[in-house]
Amino acid sequence: MAKLSIDELKAKAKELRTLIIDTTVWAGSGHYGGALSSADILTALYFRYLNLDPANPDWEDRDRFILSKGHSGLGYIPCLHLKGYFPVDDLKNFNHFMSPFGMHPDCHKVKGCDASTGSLGHGLPMGLGMALGARLLKKPFKTVVLLGDGECDEGSNYEAMMAAAHYKTDNLIAIVDRNQLMIDGFTEDVMSLEPFADKWKAFNWDVIECDGHNMEELCAALDKAWAANSGKPTVIIAKTVKGKGVKFLENDVRSHYGAFDSAKAEEAKQDIANS
Amino acid sequence: MAAKSTTGTTWNVYDANTMSAKEIYGRVLRELASKNDKIVGVTADLEKSTNIGIFGKEFPDRMFNVGIAEQNLFGVAAGLAKVGFIPFASTFAVFAALRGVEQVRTDICYQNLPVKIIATHGGLSFGQAGTTHHCTEDIAIMKAFPNMTVIVPADGAETGKAVEACLDIPGPVYIRVGRGFEPPFHQDDNFNFEIGKGELVNDGTDVTIITCGIGVLQAKFAAEELKNVDGISARVINIHTIKPIDKEIIMKAVKETRRIVTLEEHNVIGGLGDSVAAVIAESGKGCAFTKMGLQDEFSVVGYPEDLYSHYRMDSSGIAESVREIMGREFEADEDWSDEV
Repeated sequence: MAKLSIDELKAKAKELRTLIIDTTVWAGSGHYGGALSSADILTALYFRYLNLDPANPDWEDRDRFILSKGHSGLGYIPCLHLKGYFPVDDLKNFNHFMSPFGMHPDCHKVKGCDASTGSLGHGLPMGLGMALGARLLKKPFKTVVLLGDGECDEGSNYEAMMAAAHYKTDNLIAIVDRNQLMIDGFTEDVMSLEPFADKWKAFNWDVIECDGHNMEELCAALDKAWAANSGKPTVIIAKTVKGKGVKFLENDVRSHYGAFDSAKAEEAKQDIANS
Repeated sequence: MAAKSTTGTTWNVYDANTMSAKEIYGRVLRELASKNDKIVGVTADLEKSTNIGIFGKEFPDRMFNVGIAEQNLFGVAAGLAKVGFIPFASTFAVFAALRGVEQVRTDICYQNLPVKIIATHGGLSFGQAGTTHHCTEDIAIMKAFPNMTVIVPADGAETGKAVEACLDIPGPVYIRVGRGFEPPFHQDDNFNFEIGKGELVNDGTDVTIITCGIGVLQAKFAAEELKNVDGISARVINIHTIKPIDKEIIMKAVKETRRIVTLEEHNVIGGLGDSVAAVIAESGKGCAFTKMGLQDEFSVVGYPEDLYSHYRMDSSGIAESVREIMGREFEADEDWSDEV
């Protein structure tokens, strides 16, 4: 599948954000804040970097992606639709009884989804297992894990960070959606993460910091991560804004989870169109 | 003597009298891995203690030691399974069932991955180490997870067969063994082992002792004592597979002996006894019934044999429980009006 240009990626990210708003309405409610903050990251990955074949979701040489911040399924699952895994009509049942799509993705039900997630701190250990497996299989595929920043309070991440560096898995890429907000407030108020980059460096990871909404910067970071052969795993700390693209949601603790009425949804879509 | 496996592997019979269950596990795994390059090992600083290191020595590139980090242990195992491997993950039972259990539940069972958890030092087998290293809750926890198969082998020979047989199960399996000082029940490996099928150890008509793990040998001794001293004919059944449980062998025993004693190296809440009780209750058939094991208490410190004696898991304790149930009234017919 053709890799999109930077401009095309920007347009695609808008399309994804708009679809996140629509899906929130169809679903009744959702974690739109973190879905919107990760929209550019997901778009770049799915339309330029991840080597995938939507017609053959189980292709064994595909790159692997784990949405460790599983509550951003509201962004991830619409992204999989845009990639071509299933039709848009499927999204209209999001969260409904017996739907394949709930708040958190289920890999047995969501085509194109490599791992069931939801409980935080599970993605990086699983991703490490996949990366170790790729090496043992002598396959060149990459494993990418998208984490939330609040999620990085979970101790299991540090177990995996230590082991990934120990095993020199430079085929493993972690991306942190550093939107600085968690349910109870700002990360630095609830549980300080800073100096965050230093933590990863101390665990012997290559660290790239970038603006997670600047497509040029994001792609430069991903180019570097994709080319890694230093023997170190790479983390991209992508500085983002919770609710990005919708003014009344941006950088507000209340935009973690909620519902829209149709007027608000229209306003949100206008914001996205104008952004 | 050599046993033919279902996969065509021939493995030597390790001397069950001198080798522990976990040592046999390590050797069988090494043997299986030489035929199946999808087998990998994962442990958390317990290569030596769990004997998975026997495999790891032979296949160092397929052995991953994640350090003392059990959440990562099971997450990594899940990831390896996701890309096509069959990971054997080994740590102490208490850490498998408690420290890393959400990863077992969500990463492994929910995703239905072929991760085989071989948990050593189960039950009270780490006697002197005390309650933090005993594990008397793991059966209850593991059997509550959909997709999980739960096996508690009676000894090393059965462990070897279980480790081999678990490869035929497409999903996760939990095999619980002891520390390695438990005397063997089977004298050789000339016996059938089928996951989900109980083993009739000793036939009897008055009462049935249903047990697993270390209880099997002790129940056999108890049955001999009961026969010789009391003239009681005790049936003994080895239910090595707690889940899925062999309903048929249980109901046959209920019908034919009408008195059931369960014995497990586990809390009586949630373990083998409760699984057996559920089978009986669902059948609508009545019988006298007693659950032996830890009576909802944390264990004390001591050598395992002292603990088994203290908790009435040795042959004399079992025999005592059987004598008690022999004197107990129960509704033997359809007429409840004659009941107190």
